[in-house]
Amino acid sequence: MPDWNMLTLVGADRPGIVSRVTRALYTCGCNLGEASMIRLGGNFTIMLMVSGERHCDELMAAVRPVAEELGLRIHLDPVPGGLHRHLVPNLQVRVFGADRAGIVADVTEILAEHGFNILELESDVAGDAQHPVYIMNIQGYCERTIEEVQAALSALSTQGVSVDVAPVDILIG
Amino acid sequence: MAILDILKLPDPRLKQVSAPVERFDDDLRGFVADLEETRLAGPAAVGIAAPQVGRFQRIVIVDVSGRPKTPNHGHLILVNPEIVHWEGYAIGREGCLSVPDYTGNVIRATGIRLKAQDLDGRETEYAMEGYEARAVQHEMDHLDGLLFVDRVVSRRTDLYRRKVYQT
Repeated sequence: MPDWNMLTLVGADRPGIVSRVTRALYTCGCNLGEASMIRLGGNFTIMLMVSGERHCDELMAAVRPVAEELGLRIHLDPVPGGLHRHLVPNLQVRVFGADRAGIVADVTEILAEHGFNILELESDVAGDAQHPVYIMNIQGYCERTIEEVQAALSALSTQGVSVDVAPVDILIG
Repeated sequence: MAILDILKLPDPRLKQVSAPVERFDDDLRGFVADLEETRLAGPAAVGIAAPQVGRFQRIVIVDVSGRPKTPNHGHLILVNPEIVHWEGYAIGREGCLSVPDYTGNVIRATGIRLKAQDLDGRETEYAMEGYEARAVQHEMDHLDGLLFVDRVVSRRTDLYRRKVYQT
């Protein structure tokens, strides 16, 4: 049996989703690991590491009644992951510009070509319906210099996309 | 000289408020030497505070001089430090010897004015900015029983494009 299961839940946002889901998991004898939970477009999304002591079927049986009641879709994958496997980001890329299709692909293709490993990406559409503005914040690890990454991305500025590369400084005290 | 044990979360002693130093003697100097040795033994820490090793006195060490292009006052031993002025704010990522394997975003003042005594009890005033100011604020929090995890803000909290208005 793998060490962990990755549980994904998505559904219309309402108060109480996290408490109901995690109570069901606790009652079933599960431990929780790292999690990412966020509201996207009016939906609440959960990606949650659940310890693998319980069989998948047992876990699903515990969560399904709650999910059905709250209108959440469930997905469960056994994964060979583990805790304490954080990679520390050294570069941050901030992107914004008038919203158009393809911004993310354009930026991340260039990053991938430079061996940039994205550890975290969050994006949002600001502005209003007439003038949407796409804003994206990426943190990751890359062995190339800031100047190299910045130069590679600078071509995008001619397409009306503002891209800024900065170091991620972690202060240890 | 000795490397001291570092208290780690969730040790409740990290929440203790430290007392001012009153005696500037050989015992204090010996302790500060051990504290510095402990800082240097760890993973590249730019600062350390006395309560992190279980001595609840208002003493911190900060040294950001090893970081490129960073305004700094060199190696600082700050006894009974007191911030007398703050300005601006910025988000930065912090970690801590007392909180292994976790980093988080914290809002700190970008400029501070600070009064502190040295190992002989002489008072000095410093004006600091940026990374050094952040390091001092992080360490001084330990003296009041606070860790950076008490101040972590969401990764989505993003101040960098907002103008800072000062009254």
